[in-house]
Amino acid sequence: MNQNKKLRVDARGAFCPGPLMELMRAAKDAEPGTEIELLTNDAGSRKDVPLWAEKMGHKYLGEQLEGNVYTLTVQIGGN
Amino acid sequence: MTKNVVIIGGGTAGCMIANLLARGLKTEINQRTVQITVVSDQEIHIYQPGFLYIPFHLKQPEELIRPMDQVINTHVHVILDRATQIDTHKQNVHLEKGESLPYDYLILATGSHPKVEEIPGLQEGGHMFYTMESALRLRDAMDHFHGGKVVVAVGLPHKCPIAPLEFTMMLEDWARQQGFRKQTEITYAYPLAGPYGTASVAEWAEKEFNNRNIHIETFFMIDHVNPEENVIVSVDGRKLSYDLLVVIPPHQGANVVRESKLGDKEAWLPTHRHHLRLDGQENIFVIGDATNLPISKAGSTAHFEAEILSHNLINLLHGKKGEKPYNGKVFCFIETGLNQATYISFDYENPPKPVPPSKWVHFAKSGYNEMHWVNVKGIL
Repeated sequence: MNQNKKLRVDARGAFCPGPLMELMRAAKDAEPGTEIELLTNDAGSRKDVPLWAEKMGHKYLGEQLEGNVYTLTVQIGGN
Repeated sequence: MTKNVVIIGGGTAGCMIANLLARGLKTEINQRTVQITVVSDQEIHIYQPGFLYIPFHLKQPEELIRPMDQVINTHVHVILDRATQIDTHKQNVHLEKGESLPYDYLILATGSHPKVEEIPGLQEGGHMFYTMESALRLRDAMDHFHGGKVVVAVGLPHKCPIAPLEFTMMLEDWARQQGFRKQTEITYAYPLAGPYGTASVAEWAEKEFNNRNIHIETFFMIDHVNPEENVIVSVDGRKLSYDLLVVIPPHQGANVVRESKLGDKEAWLPTHRHHLRLDGQENIFVIGDATNLPISKAGSTAHFEAEILSHNLINLLHGKKGEKPYNGKVFCFIETGLNQATYISFDYENPPKPVPPSKWVHFAKSGYNEMHWVNVKGIL
């Protein structure tokens, strides 16, 4: 497991179809253990990303808000 | 010394930027200090948003096609060939027929392309409407459909993100008009948490779908199609049976991007979100579907990007400063049936907010479809 690898996905302004798609694309090629930080200004991501992480067997590590931009962090699971 | 501006791609983005540049640089082109060249592997320009209407017999193929020489400004040099390799060190583009084109400025408008082969069994068992050929094949299938289970399944990313929602609502309306809505079960299978990826549009679409008795299957990531059993199977093993299957396959960037090692794994080009430069390249720009920007791969995106990029490039060629930033502006009409539509408008900072559908917006969209032929010339 590579616990230290981190990726940042800048999905600010990703309204069509949305930030979760950008996260999915990054997650597809990420090694297990990788922490992906998703930058988004779509508040709906706060609901979708934890749901998606649970569904996919990833770990949702939480959110931070700076200005109007949320940073949502997901750790890729081993599935 | 002539400055060579080479544009790869003859779709909406490529034609629009070529025409805007030709209008803005007419004097320089006549004085032979600037040459604008478009490389396209097709003799025709296709209005791709029109594919949506083909399965319903609402548009005929000939309405969506014009020869390139009717679309492109006469001051633009057009080469009908396929770009095979881009050499950023030598600053030239290799073409399939053997020619090598030098450039001072290169614009990549190489588009996005559905990857049917990414979904085993799709070719044999399903349909799509993202190419002329597939839209006509779906039209034939719908001509022979008289009710049953319809599944619309979406893979990401794909061009015109709103089109699968439009198609589904149009299909529902069409089944009603045909008189077999009660015998028709419609399922919309989407890989995200709702029927769309942005909260405001997802909430709106979910409400519309619920009102029309369209079932939504969320987190459905397509694995394969089993044509023998008429089922589409998700990565987590869920099966949806169908009588008519319409799939939007995931798209990828162009082969020339992959072969030139300029893009990411899916051949999207890493692009600056405001200046539209290819990362690490001062004199290469990207517009339209080919970028890796987290915005719609859609004609309107190409339109707004082309306005900004043409302004900036004309300034650059005139030796002037002043670069306008692209702000992520996109405008999309959304058909919500055969006679009604809504629209969304958004940019990097402001999310979309769908308005209640009306027949007036539908008329506006119908008019806009015809306006494309003026729009693509860079006149509007």
